[in-house]
Amino acid sequence: MAKNMTINLRIWRQKSPETPGKLVDYTVSNASEHMSFLELLDVLNEQLIASEDDPVEFDSDCREGICGSCGVMVAGIAHGPQQRTAVCQLHMRSFKDGDTITVEPFRARAFPIVRDLVVDRSAFDRIIAAHGYVSVKTGSAPDANAIPISKDAAEEAMDFAACIGCGACVAACPNGSASLFTAAKIEHLALLPQGQVEASQRAVAMVDQMEAEGFGDCSNYAECEAVCPKGISVSGIASMRRAYMKGVFSK
Amino acid sequence: MSDEVTNSMSELSHSPRLDAKVPAGRLQEKWDAYKDAVSLVNPANKRSHNILVVGSGLAGASAAATLAGLGYNVKCFCIQDSARRAHSIAAQGGINAAKNYPNDGDTIWRLFYDTIKGGDYRSREANVYRLAQVSNNIIDQAVAQGVPFAREYGGVLANRSFGGAQVSRTFYARGQTGQQLLLGAYQALSHQIAAGRVTMLPRREMLDLVVANDRARGIITRNLVTGELERHAGDAVLLCTGGYGNAYYLSTNAKNSNVTAAWRCYKRGAFFANPCYTQIHPTCIPVSGDYQSKLTLMSESLRNDGRVWVPKDPTDTRAPEAIPEDARDYYLERRYPSFGNLVPRDVASRAAKKECDAGRGVGETRLAVYLDFDAAIRRLGSSTIQDRYGNLFEMYERITGDDPYRTPMRIYPAVHYTMGGLWVDYELQSTIPGLFVLGEANFSDHGANRLGASALMQGLADGYFVIPYTLGAYMAGIRQSESISESHEAFTATEEEAGARIDRLLNNKGDKSPTQFHRELGQLLWNHVGMARDHAGLEEAVSSIESLRDEFWERIRVPGSADRFNKNLEFAGRIADFIELGSLMAQDALRREESCGGHFREEYQNSEGEAVRNDENFADVAAWEHTDRRPVLHLEKLSFENVHPTTRSYK
Repeated sequence: MAKNMTINLRIWRQKSPETPGKLVDYTVSNASEHMSFLELLDVLNEQLIASEDDPVEFDSDCREGICGSCGVMVAGIAHGPQQRTAVCQLHMRSFKDGDTITVEPFRARAFPIVRDLVVDRSAFDRIIAAHGYVSVKTGSAPDANAIPISKDAAEEAMDFAACIGCGACVAACPNGSASLFTAAKIEHLALLPQGQVEASQRAVAMVDQMEAEGFGDCSNYAECEAVCPKGISVSGIASMRRAYMKGVFSK
Repeated sequence: MSDEVTNSMSELSHSPRLDAKVPAGRLQEKWDAYKDAVSLVNPANKRSHNILVVGSGLAGASAAATLAGLGYNVKCFCIQDSARRAHSIAAQGGINAAKNYPNDGDTIWRLFYDTIKGGDYRSREANVYRLAQVSNNIIDQAVAQGVPFAREYGGVLANRSFGGAQVSRTFYARGQTGQQLLLGAYQALSHQIAAGRVTMLPRREMLDLVVANDRARGIITRNLVTGELERHAGDAVLLCTGGYGNAYYLSTNAKNSNVTAAWRCYKRGAFFANPCYTQIHPTCIPVSGDYQSKLTLMSESLRNDGRVWVPKDPTDTRAPEAIPEDARDYYLERRYPSFGNLVPRDVASRAAKKECDAGRGVGETRLAVYLDFDAAIRRLGSSTIQDRYGNLFEMYERITGDDPYRTPMRIYPAVHYTMGGLWVDYELQSTIPGLFVLGEANFSDHGANRLGASALMQGLADGYFVIPYTLGAYMAGIRQSESISESHEAFTATEEEAGARIDRLLNNKGDKSPTQFHRELGQLLWNHVGMARDHAGLEEAVSSIESLRDEFWERIRVPGSADRFNKNLEFAGRIADFIELGSLMAQDALRREESCGGHFREEYQNSEGEAVRNDENFADVAAWEHTDRRPVLHLEKLSFENVHPTTRSYK
């Protein structure tokens, strides 16, 4: 049978980007080891509604680790202590009865706080819009098997394409850099013949946009890879830099 | 609803209000004939047409990107903080197409036939044939966008099998096919955003449809950050808002998936078709406790290599590894020797329920069966299995704490997809002119049961290759002088109604949270409108849901205010609509006195427990019209000119 747990939470509460926030203490006494971390927050929120208090706002959607909506700092680590796991898939069996857990939003200059644990990650969309695509209109594609792609290249491209855009890499980075996110898209497309046509201009446009959004640069801490729920490799950042230099000098 | 009403319903003839506009001619030539004859819109005029696309999943993102590429002025709305997070992203297994790269006998006809048969002969032939025809273009398009599909060593695309087919026609990107296809569409959309042809509005929820002079003219949205109500006028509205599986509370849908946009359109005059057709997916991780917020799917592709079984003896509580071969019942292989573990979803789900009802279920709750990879691992090696399903195995282990490489998975059916939705004609237009419905939000193409790997196909077919043509037919017929502005009284009135609903929710100050009501509704629907339904249970559901609705408006408590980010306010509005929909689902299930696909009525089964269809009285689409009193039924009679409906057998 599932164990019952009491969990103490210290949660960041902030009403708006302008008002100052603070950590507030709560206790959930009917947690279960089989619960996900977000279900623990659900239970807390039901408790808060019943006591006419204000529930904690947080983003979440698929709750199976693929949409990238959720993401908070759990005990100081983006998405919490379990590696390669988004916080929606983190389960309470990773904690002990009586633990006190601090929960904060992903913090970065380029991710303004909306409310409580909710942040604005729209800068990521603007980085993709800068050139995170292959310029191909609907209907103009050749037969799907017209260009062979080696299994290794397809697999490696998939490793980078697996990025869920959650922003954990930014939150973990001492520089608040979005290098891992940006590199993942640049590499995914650069590894495939369809993406190679625009590879240089893509790298330049996306890196420039990243900088314009207020993200920092990479100084090789590799904290991003450690917290990435999809295990995206920092090797992509080195390739991104080469592509960027190549693009800048070939302009 | 009384018996009298039910009986008179099956005698209805084809409703004149439901003109499907299927082109004349041979099935194989209908779509070409349509394209040859459809009106085109001058490029200069496209720029002056505003198209509103609600939703940014496969259907919405592909439609918005394609229409913008054609020159239309597009506004696209999504409920999440980014278009990339729409729930299509969670689709795992794959996408079907009739490419026949494996040379195993596939054709467009076979994909069409399998889809019609898989849907238990409750879909429109012409739509399904068109879907099969454009399926190949989707794969070409996705590859050109850089979707990293799985490849063979020689560099060509790989395929795998899925339920309900005897050919390998499913393309996949590990267990993340939906993610990769959605990112392809999202990137195409981003390209158009950068080019200034799409205005993207994330964190917006559509609260109502604006109708004036009998045409869809725009929508009212709520900005989910500021709480502000906004008016958006458009020459056409494309609803791409997904399905209503979350009516059951526990489902594989994302937390924000909801029916509100579609339900508001229903209340403005769009007919809702076949709401009782819901798909219960056979392979999901079982429920573990009452705090549970959602259920997680384990891809159907696992049934390619996993074998489903239960202990023969209900009292056998040994660990699964300790149960010898001859004490196991591989019940799908036994009952369906030709399709085995790859029978369609509805068949596999009911079979699992039957085993559990008979006491042979496994695990703590006894509401689970085993999905075992031991034989496949011994045959192929664990590295091959890891290649194919690695991320799914990891996900399973994270949620349950069990390692499926060593011990069988425990699985149980869960609500996954809804075949019903707003009624549309061949052009994907609803009964409100100017309102088009794409993807899971419409009722089209899948009949009473959807085959695996066909949802991605349909969403993208609608968005990339169907709506760009059929929208032209509508746009060519409207004049710019007829469009109305956002200050028109229809906008004012609709916005006021949306605001009044929000005020009512917030001012009620009752004592029950939105989630409490949602759980109760879900339990009611799961018990009475779930995997097996019967007359008495459905009547009980209709009356219980009515009481639940009354209770909701007496006791709902929504914290916070309207002028801020407020998740519980969003949920409360959606649950109010789910409750109304739940009643319509039960009424539709009550009226359909047959078993077909995902709709299984206990009264209509043969001695072996297989579904018994009634083609004489129910070969139809049930489209419901909202009225102030009770919903009014309209029928679209289905005619099968190319396939002959037979008893669906996978034995």
